[in-house]
Amino acid sequence: MDSSIFLLLAQDALTNGAIYILLAMATILIFGVTRITFLPQGEFVSYGALTLATLQMGKVPGTVWLVLVLGVVAAIMEAFRLQRAGLSREIPVAVVKTLIPPLVVSGIGYVCAPLNLNLGLQVLLTIMIVTMLGPLVYRVAFRPIADASILNLLIAAVAVHFALVGLGLLFFGAEGVRTPAFSEAQINLGVLTITGQSIWIYVTSIAFIGLLAYFFGRTMYGKALRAVAFNRNGARLVGISPSLAGTLAFALAALIGCLSGILIGPITTIYYDSGFLIGLKGFVSAIVGGMASYPLAAGGALLVGFSESFSSFWLSAYKDVVVFTMIIPVLLWLSLRSVHFEEEE
Amino acid sequence: MRRVGLIVFLALVAMIPLCPPFYVTMGSYIGLYTMVALGLVLLTGVTGLTSFGQAAFMGLGAYTTAVLTTTLSWSPWLALVIALLLTIGVALVLGAITLRMGGHYLPLATIAWGISLFFLFGSLPELGGQTGLSDIPALAIAGVEFRDERIYYYLIWLVCLVAMWGTVNLLDSREGRAIRALKGGLSMAEAFGASGLRLKMVVFVYSAILACLAGWLYAHMQRFVNPSPFGVNTGIEFLFMITIGGAGSIWGSVVGATLITFLKTALQGILPKLIGQTGNFETIVFGVMIILVLQWMRGGIWVFFERFLPSKPNKAIGDTSDLPMRTQPQRGEPLLRVDGIRKEFGGLVAVKNVSFDVCAGEIVGLIGPNGAGKSTTFNLISGELPRTDGNVYLGTEKISGLRPSKIARRGLSRTFQHVKLIPGMTVIENVMIGAYLRTSEGFFSAGLRLNRTIEKKVGAEAAKQLKRVGLEESMYVPAGSLPLGKQRIVEIARALCSDPILLLLDEPAAGLRYKEKQELARLLEQLRGEGMTVLIVEHDMEFLMNLVDRIVVMEFGRKLAEGLPHEIRSNPEVLEAYLGGV
Amino acid sequence: MSERLLAVRDLNVRYGKVEAIYQASISVDKGTIVSVIGPNGAGKTTLLNAIMGVLPSKGGIEFCGTDIGRLTTEQRVTKGMCLVPESRELFAQMSVSDNLELGAFTRYRRRDKGIKRSLDEVYELFPRLLERRTQLAGSLSGGERQMLALGRALMSKPTLLMLDEPSLGLAPLIVKEILQNISNLRSTGVSILLIEQNARAALQISDYGYVLENGDIAMEGASKDLANDPKVIESYLGMGGAGQEKERQ
Repeated sequence: MDSSIFLLLAQDALTNGAIYILLAMATILIFGVTRITFLPQGEFVSYGALTLATLQMGKVPGTVWLVLVLGVVAAIMEAFRLQRAGLSREIPVAVVKTLIPPLVVSGIGYVCAPLNLNLGLQVLLTIMIVTMLGPLVYRVAFRPIADASILNLLIAAVAVHFALVGLGLLFFGAEGVRTPAFSEAQINLGVLTITGQSIWIYVTSIAFIGLLAYFFGRTMYGKALRAVAFNRNGARLVGISPSLAGTLAFALAALIGCLSGILIGPITTIYYDSGFLIGLKGFVSAIVGGMASYPLAAGGALLVGFSESFSSFWLSAYKDVVVFTMIIPVLLWLSLRSVHFEEEE
Repeated sequence: MRRVGLIVFLALVAMIPLCPPFYVTMGSYIGLYTMVALGLVLLTGVTGLTSFGQAAFMGLGAYTTAVLTTTLSWSPWLALVIALLLTIGVALVLGAITLRMGGHYLPLATIAWGISLFFLFGSLPELGGQTGLSDIPALAIAGVEFRDERIYYYLIWLVCLVAMWGTVNLLDSREGRAIRALKGGLSMAEAFGASGLRLKMVVFVYSAILACLAGWLYAHMQRFVNPSPFGVNTGIEFLFMITIGGAGSIWGSVVGATLITFLKTALQGILPKLIGQTGNFETIVFGVMIILVLQWMRGGIWVFFERFLPSKPNKAIGDTSDLPMRTQPQRGEPLLRVDGIRKEFGGLVAVKNVSFDVCAGEIVGLIGPNGAGKSTTFNLISGELPRTDGNVYLGTEKISGLRPSKIARRGLSRTFQHVKLIPGMTVIENVMIGAYLRTSEGFFSAGLRLNRTIEKKVGAEAAKQLKRVGLEESMYVPAGSLPLGKQRIVEIARALCSDPILLLLDEPAAGLRYKEKQELARLLEQLRGEGMTVLIVEHDMEFLMNLVDRIVVMEFGRKLAEGLPHEIRSNPEVLEAYLGGV
Repeated sequence: MSERLLAVRDLNVRYGKVEAIYQASISVDKGTIVSVIGPNGAGKTTLLNAIMGVLPSKGGIEFCGTDIGRLTTEQRVTKGMCLVPESRELFAQMSVSDNLELGAFTRYRRRDKGIKRSLDEVYELFPRLLERRTQLAGSLSGGERQMLALGRALMSKPTLLMLDEPSLGLAPLIVKEILQNISNLRSTGVSILLIEQNARAALQISDYGYVLENGDIAMEGASKDLANDPKVIESYLGMGGAGQEKERQ
């Protein structure tokens, strides 16, 4: 292997690694705040890329309808919950409050989809639609069983994955898509050619990681999310409700997933079921961080990125085998490190 | 009535081959899937672990036999041995690195290795890539080949029913009861001498073996293999089967496997026509269905069925128990010696060099205000927490530094502050867990039901202890249905069932009503009369004062006072600690 | 003057089949300190948790004249109730100042402008927290943790502050300081419901007291009177012994 190939592979590793960092952060965030092992994180990635692709064809993406349907279901569930709690008086307000955001988002999506907006506005529209899905999925699938065991929450997460992949096929078909690059520019640095799109990925993910760091470190809501992850009871006692925190965490996770999908859309062909493997690689990174440490997870993400890109050079057919087998030594390392770790429920 | 149900079920299974071939094929698949789901019920529903890798274990079984019987022309039976050995090896490695960490690590390790294996099946040219391997020979016993699909159906269900029978037997045994105790955390099983890690490992390996066996049968039924049925999605579908069917019962695996198999076939026929597009749209229905089950019927469909079945017949117990007994120490001789025991958590010293003795035949109370370090001291004695310094001796033997299960082996038995009974199991079965160390029957004799004599003896012993504590009338009710006061007494009976020389009680009066406390005190007095030595950690002074022989008082992690109850009562330092003196 | 702030009527709390609190009725007037004392295991913590909505309960809980029995814990915080539990429940991996800021979470959501001022007030009350504001809460000593827990509670500007065993596990000298702090809080207008095992200290700083025994209110009265009642001491140390027959089915 000569240095130009090495640099090419390293560039590839960094672009993918950046995406895995983002996804690992989302995974850790959701697990910390809600105890849900959220395997469907990758579905937000494919939904993001595919929604944007559909918008570019001037069609209304199926995700718009999903937002609408989930919104209605959420409103019905909210009404039912209040009815059972003997708080019927609060039903009208709660239903309206639950319905307005999804109605507005799907309304805008429906009206704007055929307008052939420019790429920037389409990206914004995509982010709006897919981010809205996060809290809705949480409300409909997870909130009623928020007190369940980690195991049952994991099963629910897998069920959501199944449903979202199937719906992805229904909405977007079996064809893969590539969205147009944000920039066609290429920078030649000696042997190395850096594409505009990978610069977009670096800059956006670094900026976004910075934003997240600011959010968690400096803002009240960010601190509140961390507080819930550290100490659920303590958080309730200062008035942070678990469902508010869960809603927020899912919105962030959906936003992160959608953004990742939009970023990699131009360099990878995305199919309705591509998200799962991409999300799982983010997950492997999160595992490296013990599902708790963001910096360690970031290291893990780069490790995944590098082993993926270099094994694709030497053993292209076994790229995924290498990446997923890598989790075994990582787990061994974690296991040796945490001798006294035992979980009781 | 239960028996009638069983006969109807068996008759149904037996009559399927009279139906058109489509149903026979479906029936065969259901049998195979039931086998895999059965392992998952044990793993997930009973033990509280889970795996997404069962389809991969199935693939391991199928591919091993496919390669060995085609490329190398080995006998399928020899291939089965190799496949099982491979499976056990993989399961041991995966288990060894993840089971200690608990939680979500096992499912994630299995999902990852499942994906790896799936891609490996699809990429290795030796395994035929995506097209797979064909011309796998049919199974044959003594020259007779199982080529007829109906015959093969019977073979599958024979294996499946034997597996179900063995699993039911296993759960109704010494090890099975310990396995059922694992879901509530390891500490209870450990306190009675079982190794939680070993049990978890056995369950995981067993579930992998069942899946491998199903894969092997599958390969010789289809006569060809390709990667697609062994992907992660199939692994997830197994989990769905037991979630829908009911993860808490082995019958849940039959119900779930049947439902998902039929539903999948039906939906794969209907949905694409409805939507006008080909694809696996049934995943949407499955996903939504599982969410609904988790929100509305968390125990699965079987729980609903079970309501219409009469309760299980009472466990058969023998008349006499001649289990080996320990020689109790002589009254008055020193039994427990706590010597300068110390515990630090980070910089915080929770227990500061506490020393005291307990002599055989006496009841000693360890008291102190909240946060005084009593419970920590208790856990240092029982081995739940490792000590920082100091030693604990039982008789002449040093027990500090040993694991709880090893300490239990030496005759120390305990109860828990937060009652740890298995709520769904009957009182007598809960008490039988106490006798774990007094018998040694293993998994095989249990699975093959060769353990009936010893089971009857253990049952008789448990009944004897229940009689001793006055709970014989509640023997066959689920432990969870008793009020807290009685549950605590069940815990005492369970501890007694281990034939201890020292009984450790962790706040036995906490949360009890006045009358229940009186009953508890009466029981403890009776045990003292029978020569039992008891150490009680308690903060209810009123309860202790008239009961115990001696009291050790702790405050701020150190020993504040020690003496007879009336001395303690008038000790100004104790008064100050309890009432405060600001 | 004696406006009722909290009125708990016939409260029952069950853990499964066990009744932990039985028909308990207590009330707290505005601007007063009320203590609930009783031996360990009497149900004191359960009582507070039920009032705060951490545990489900039956019976009436009225706060500022409205029924709050159906509200969640978080909603009760918004209404002006605040509980400092026995376990403190600090955010150990976050800094002291972050812990305090989060105490004002509900006020932040209401866009309350006075949070910064409250923070200064808390630092004034507990200068040691100011010194350690960048330290992680988990690294504080026992007494400092209790101060932080109190400070975090005060950041929500509660009208009713509920303290569960504030002296628990603290050395005598620090207990004195903490109790002094609590006593001083009265001047800020906050009402306090105090639960203590350290009965003498609790009765000394409170106006009114209840004695909880086996989930029942066994006695109540002005704190001065209770402090001198020999029966209180009896119920603590079990001196009544066999003579104390109180059956209840």
